[in-house]
Amino acid sequence: MKNHYLKYIRRTLALLMLIGITWLFVDFTGVVHHHVGFLAKWQFLPAVLALNVTVIVVLVVLTLLLGRIYCSVVCPLGIMQDLLAHLHISHRFSMGKRKKAGKLGRYSYSPERKWLRYSVLAVFIVALVAGLGSVVALLAPYSSFGRIAANLFKPIYELGNNVLADRSAAAGNYDYYYVDLWIRSLPTFIIAAATFVVLTILAIFGGRTYCNTICPVGTVLSFLSRFSLLKINFDTAKCRNCSACTRACKASCIDYKNHAVDYSRCVVCGNCLGACKFGALHYSPKKAAHITPAPTQTVTTPSLTEREGNGSLSRRAFLISSAMLATSAAATKAQKTVDGGLAAIAPKQPPKRQTPLTPPGSLSAAHLAQHCTGCQLCVAQCPNNVLRPSADSWLTVMQPTMSYERGYCRPECTRCSNVCPTGAIRLISHEDKAAIQIGHAVWNRELCVPLTDGVDCGNCARHCPAGAITMVPFDPDDEYSINIPTVNESRCIGCGACEYVCPARPSALHVEGHEVHRTI
Amino acid sequence: MNKQLNRRNFIKYLSGATVASSALLTACKKAMTSDDAGSAQPAADGTMTMRLNPNTDDHVSLLGYGMMRLPELPKPKDAPDHQAAEFDQEMINRQVDYAIEHGVNYFDTSPAYCRGLSERCTGIALARHDRKDFYIATKMSNFWPESWTPEGAKGMFETSLRELQVDYIDYLLLHSIGGTARDAEGNGLSSWETFEARYMNNGILDWLVEQKQAGRIRNLGFSYHGDVKVFDHLLQWHDEGRYHWDFVQIELNYLDWFYADEINPRNTDAAYLYAELEKRGIPAVIMEPLLGGRLANISDEIAAKLKQRDPDHSVATWAFRFAGTPQGVLTVLSGMTYMEHLQENVATYSPLHPITEDEHEFLMQIAEEIYGMKTVPCNECQYCMPCPYGVNIPAIFSHYNKCIREGYVRQSSLDPAYRQARRAFLVGYDRSVPRLRQADHCIGCGQCAPHCPQQIDIPSELRRIDEYTESLRAAGGPL
Repeated sequence: MKNHYLKYIRRTLALLMLIGITWLFVDFTGVVHHHVGFLAKWQFLPAVLALNVTVIVVLVVLTLLLGRIYCSVVCPLGIMQDLLAHLHISHRFSMGKRKKAGKLGRYSYSPERKWLRYSVLAVFIVALVAGLGSVVALLAPYSSFGRIAANLFKPIYELGNNVLADRSAAAGNYDYYYVDLWIRSLPTFIIAAATFVVLTILAIFGGRTYCNTICPVGTVLSFLSRFSLLKINFDTAKCRNCSACTRACKASCIDYKNHAVDYSRCVVCGNCLGACKFGALHYSPKKAAHITPAPTQTVTTPSLTEREGNGSLSRRAFLISSAMLATSAAATKAQKTVDGGLAAIAPKQPPKRQTPLTPPGSLSAAHLAQHCTGCQLCVAQCPNNVLRPSADSWLTVMQPTMSYERGYCRPECTRCSNVCPTGAIRLISHEDKAAIQIGHAVWNRELCVPLTDGVDCGNCARHCPAGAITMVPFDPDDEYSINIPTVNESRCIGCGACEYVCPARPSALHVEGHEVHRTI
Repeated sequence: MNKQLNRRNFIKYLSGATVASSALLTACKKAMTSDDAGSAQPAADGTMTMRLNPNTDDHVSLLGYGMMRLPELPKPKDAPDHQAAEFDQEMINRQVDYAIEHGVNYFDTSPAYCRGLSERCTGIALARHDRKDFYIATKMSNFWPESWTPEGAKGMFETSLRELQVDYIDYLLLHSIGGTARDAEGNGLSSWETFEARYMNNGILDWLVEQKQAGRIRNLGFSYHGDVKVFDHLLQWHDEGRYHWDFVQIELNYLDWFYADEINPRNTDAAYLYAELEKRGIPAVIMEPLLGGRLANISDEIAAKLKQRDPDHSVATWAFRFAGTPQGVLTVLSGMTYMEHLQENVATYSPLHPITEDEHEFLMQIAEEIYGMKTVPCNECQYCMPCPYGVNIPAIFSHYNKCIREGYVRQSSLDPAYRQARRAFLVGYDRSVPRLRQADHCIGCGQCAPHCPQQIDIPSELRRIDEYTESLRAAGGPL
């Protein structure tokens, strides 16, 4: 019984971690990240990208001491797979005849697929160095989880909230409020959904297949875990070769016939300890004296391949949706003859920007591409519905970009910079933000309502938080001619207030990004 | 210990007081019912108070039916928000039937009301009754330059007859004189220029006088909002005998009696307007007796004061009694959307219990308190709508006023109630007005402003509300 302790501690910590980090992603109130925001910053790849030395050292030391415990209690994608594995039929019907099968476990040993693991890692490192953000984002485990949480879990959470908001509105109180539910980018949504489906299948049928064949973080940690202090060790004197441990091992790393454990793949879940009825397995610093095989030997016996490892993930084809340029005209100025009613408003469509916008704090498009893992945390947290995953090019797909159809980048908000775990969006203050020029507004005379409808407007100038827009008479020689906006690019910070409040469709002012952000 | 005892004592006193006061109230009620039977009852078991129009000897019911806020059918769930709801003709018919059964005989409409459908709906409902049982009031609502031509204006009158399914109009009004408009070139006109453009330069007022002589119009009058110079000028014509006004429609209620020009310097106190009509013996038709419901939706404290003085009647009853009290009032118009409003108003005027001098004093104090709240004086008449840029003007004002009434407008972030007020304001705002229809999307084109009978400077009021909203949003942090 005492062998169970590891499993229960692991389960408790894992559950807390998963709940915390999921909460971080689904929350829209902006309160939660103050409490659990650190969980994202503890993730391995984000810590590496952010050069967060403390976290890296802690994780390395942890792995050297305990093995790949990271994969069991820190990585949300790993924990999620453990939960998904419970969907297997043996877990769902744990009564009668099935009970026995369920207890015995359904997994089997398979040798390490070194070639696959190392080539994925190589691709990953090359992509990381070369700044191929989309490849990094696709392979990184935390990013995959983030995408799934932001694209699949968050809408469900928001839907529940909106039901409550409905009740709350009916009851006349302000406890809950509506949030917009929308797919921010179809390609990213499809990738998230496909990842989730593939992971579910892999987890149900193969436990930690993804973690031990694809996951680059798992592979990196495996280099360390081979030398970890504490390990699962066989007491060959007690072992009766019953195979219970191998069947219980979701990492498929226990070769009971040879009394060998592949420590590069063991995620220290502790399931085998509980499964062994003879006390033949220990989680201990050293092998017992009477154990014969060398502890660090990895087993490469190719004889036992009862299970087909599924590593071929055909997720490479992305739909690159080109931003639809709106052709609908502005609300036309109709002669008002009767009272009442509402004019139809054409929804705003994102304009085609020559240079895409990147959030304040991301320094430059290149910096963002280099450091962003596409986890969607900033997108999920953006309270103004400005951030969305890019679909501009296959290199930056899933990385954040900005547009102003549903709101603009409000001056008092720096939430994306607060939550970003990788340093892709650096922490900035409100004062910093007021001085960072992420782009500048461009005026289109063909669309501006003073010229098209002949009405006074100036809504852009009124709402510009930087005071960069001045209304001037259209005809320089006639001070009474209708006023048009002029943008002082040196003061414009690219926040998009003008683009958002512009009555024209498409907006007469739109923001063009700066590849490298400037400071006023 | 001491505190507890105090509380217990307090409850004891309170229960004693309740018993005593309820006994008193019962006694009062008995006394009242014996004095003037049925007056205090919500059901109409008296007869409607009638007033005489000396010009045509019409006996007009004190309650007039305003056909400006007709009941609508629920919108289909998936309908876009700009799709208007259909009017509930069946309910309109039922309410008109109820009104006529209970003595209401004055129906006031306009070619502009209810997205231009009010006359048609009214016509359908009234065509089911004997023409002698009701009086129809409609208007020359030629607000835009195309309808200033003789053909445009005459066409409007003929269309009214056709839509209302009648061959004569009992009361025809020049609609909302005193306002301003822009001419076809977009130049702003003064209130007098607007009046001339609408009725004089095209000869339409003289044409209407001819129609009256021909019997197609029985009473000719005007409704007034805005610049008092035009009002005075028209009454001067009456004195000089140039034109004879059979009746005049003015805005009158206990808030506008003395506070109209305080609320908005472009408006005129009802006390002045009414006095001018009374001394000439011109019957006054009253509009906005309840300010579009604003005198019914008041803050809890003010409502409590009114209820304390008259616990058996609704807050709205006070406003109707006030408007109906002056003897020179011919009829009081109420846009009754719901059957319950109609029933209650019928009860209030069957018969009318005039406001006493004491009560008048009391209402003047109430008016002072309401004025002190600084709400936007919007009565949600929808004249400003539709805004060509999609802004939902009345909904924004309504939300703002609601927040003022409920104490949710707090200027200082140091106010202990600021956080709660901020949340209520912002959450409620998004609930009642979709983002793209909020005040920040007002471009200030000003098309709405001349249509406002309350002379509200709509763009600047929207801007003020937008600035307040912006200050709340800019306060940052979660809601």
